[in-house]
Amino acid sequence: MIPELGHLALIIALGLALALSVIPMWGSYKNHFQAMALAPSLAIGLFVFVAISFGCLAHAFLNDDFSVSLVATHSNSMLPSAFKFAAVWGNHEGSLLLWVLILSIWTAAVAVFSTPLPLPVLARVLAVMGFVAVGFLLFSLLTSNPFARLLPSTPSDGSDLNPLLQDIGLVIHPPILYMGYVGFSVAFAFAIAALLGGRLDASWARWSRPWTNTAWAFLSLGIMLGSWWAYYELGWGGWWFWDPVENASFMPWLAGTALVHSLAVTEKRGLVKSWTVLLAIFAFSLSLLGTFLVRSGVLTSVHAFAADPTRGVFILVFLACVIGGSLTLYALRAPAVSSRINFSWLSRDCLLLLNNVFFLTATLTVLFGTLFPLLMDALGQGKYSVGPPYFNAVFVPLMAVLVPFMGIGPNARWKQDSVSRWQRELLVPALVALLLGAVLPWFHAGEFNPWVALAVVLASWLALAMLRDLLSKLRHASGVGAGLRRLSPSYYGMQLAHLGFAVAIMGVVLATQYSVELDLKMSPGESHEIAPYRFRFDSLEQVRGANYVADEARFTVTRGGALVATMAAQKRRYLASGQVMTEAAIDAGVFRDLFIAMGDPIGDQAWAIRLQVKPFLRWIWAGAIAMALGGFLTLADRRYRRARSAATLTLPGANASGAI
Amino acid sequence: MHPVRKQRLLVVLFILGFSTLAVGLVAYGLRGNINLFFPPADIVAGKAPLGQPIRMGGMVVEGSVIRSEDSLRVQFDVTDYAATVTAVYVGILPDLFAEGQGVVTAGVLDGQGVLQASEVLAKHDENYMPPEVAEALQKSAGAGS
Repeated sequence: MIPELGHLALIIALGLALALSVIPMWGSYKNHFQAMALAPSLAIGLFVFVAISFGCLAHAFLNDDFSVSLVATHSNSMLPSAFKFAAVWGNHEGSLLLWVLILSIWTAAVAVFSTPLPLPVLARVLAVMGFVAVGFLLFSLLTSNPFARLLPSTPSDGSDLNPLLQDIGLVIHPPILYMGYVGFSVAFAFAIAALLGGRLDASWARWSRPWTNTAWAFLSLGIMLGSWWAYYELGWGGWWFWDPVENASFMPWLAGTALVHSLAVTEKRGLVKSWTVLLAIFAFSLSLLGTFLVRSGVLTSVHAFAADPTRGVFILVFLACVIGGSLTLYALRAPAVSSRINFSWLSRDCLLLLNNVFFLTATLTVLFGTLFPLLMDALGQGKYSVGPPYFNAVFVPLMAVLVPFMGIGPNARWKQDSVSRWQRELLVPALVALLLGAVLPWFHAGEFNPWVALAVVLASWLALAMLRDLLSKLRHASGVGAGLRRLSPSYYGMQLAHLGFAVAIMGVVLATQYSVELDLKMSPGESHEIAPYRFRFDSLEQVRGANYVADEARFTVTRGGALVATMAAQKRRYLASGQVMTEAAIDAGVFRDLFIAMGDPIGDQAWAIRLQVKPFLRWIWAGAIAMALGGFLTLADRRYRRARSAATLTLPGANASGAI
Repeated sequence: MHPVRKQRLLVVLFILGFSTLAVGLVAYGLRGNINLFFPPADIVAGKAPLGQPIRMGGMVVEGSVIRSEDSLRVQFDVTDYAATVTAVYVGILPDLFAEGQGVVTAGVLDGQGVLQASEVLAKHDENYMPPEVAEALQKSAGAGS
């Protein structure tokens, strides 16, 4: 009964989404007040019914209703409750429902928090989001109904959730990632609404910015969680694989990063409006493309679920509608909203646009590498795959060239600046960064690694330039405390995000350059040394978990005779499915991770064992978390709330505190 | 020159220069970093290049997995039911690697027609089959009937 209710709720939600996409839009053209005023209620109704539907599916999972085919194939009565709940989205149909749920959350949030927007704008924004919801609800109902029943042959137990997914990572990674992914739909809807209305100005950018920053921050966090999960769960000790699906989430992030910066230019200087609109369309199109790549199963990837070709076709058609439609609209309307090119080369405006050039190039090269296999296949040239070396070869140099400008950006003035002033401000940070780069690498194992030196120079240049900017902001304050208080949350958010980038650079390069990985055969009692750590294989045990049995290899790690950690890696066999899974043992630290994973048994008591020492690994994720927090921090900025509480009231000089 | 035109010219030159750089990077990145997929039948027929990175996929032949006693060397046969190619891999195999299951291996073909694998990818759930393998199997099934 309850699954049918869920199905019904989903159909009602489709009706509401249809109404939302048509009535307010019509009203905005006819200047029909009631029709437009209906938008927020419809948006909230959409959210309520999608939530009911989602709740019904969750209920089926939590109560082991194996008559629902999805539950029967992706859950099991032995599964812990948290994983039963997460299993809702650990499959194609359910993850699509989560997608729709999160879209409806964003839609409802816009309806609730954007009431001071002019009504026609709000109506159009919500209508565009309603249109996107229609597409995905249709997709869910027509091609991937999550509530399909297995009647009358109901199995007595489910065939279990893939053991790889039985993890806290599944509980948090997809919702957070989707929050980011789908969140760009808000920026997209604002862009389309602006194009439709022909009204694109600084206030448009101010409305759009907090939403875009939030989506971007969620996406940063979601990608970071995915990387962390892959690191400890896939059992290989890698943290980024340039897998097509990773790229699918990384491309919207790159385009979103460009968007966040170009929105800053548009809000502060009223420049490059049509470019910003195009970026918003681009970022969301990449989100949709990502959904297509993941859900259609056209690419070989860790994330691919068993694929059904009709699904791929449906998303492809929808993708073509959204991208084609919005680009057509853009071509027709963009000239009406464009602004004159009028800026100086030496200005913050220009540096922010330079950011756009870098991030857009990075997006396109990643896009090319990701789609290259599809392209060649479509042309009948054979089945290619593009490996990580390609992505590293194009991505790393781009980022390396970006960072020097990144240090100047926040220090530069809007509109017009001069090289001599930059020299005055930034010569010291530059020299100190070079010095650090020449000295610090020697402290690791006494050998000089040029890549590490480069990373140290770039990261410390970035951090010091940010510090320099903070100091010059405080220069005219009466006291340090007073000066710090006067700076806006969005300034602190920017600082934090950029420092996070510096930390991530250090993490990525040092973890890559200094990692030591060894695959070897070990028996209990044997030891192996990866300087300065000594790994001793103490014993091999049999252990039993809630729904698995495991061989457990127990290790003691010492350094110079002193105990560092006792670690236990496992090879699990899940009872329901019989699947085997590696559970790595990880000892995390600020400056290094120790990693042990079991391979296969080789003969008597001996196992293939993977030992790894990965210095500075945690810095990658710490940096990503700082970036995300920086994004969230900007939301606290008064000017967004002020825009909300008094949209008509103009407050000149409200942003005098030097926020970007 | 008029300052606005000059600025436009500079913008155009900048875009031109930057995109050249980007295309150069892409071309450099693609060189030697992409590899083509071959089913065992094509490899046996000599269609695959020697000494270049390729990928091969198919089913792991039952009973063909031979593990070395004193190292991490593993040898196994991959078949698309039309032909069989032996692959050798040194390292830890993925959890889902099993006899009679689909697999994709990346590596270099040596003079004896053995694939020296540098990477072994196994399917990751009971329903999923890498698209290349599915297609290769379909093809060989079609050719056999």
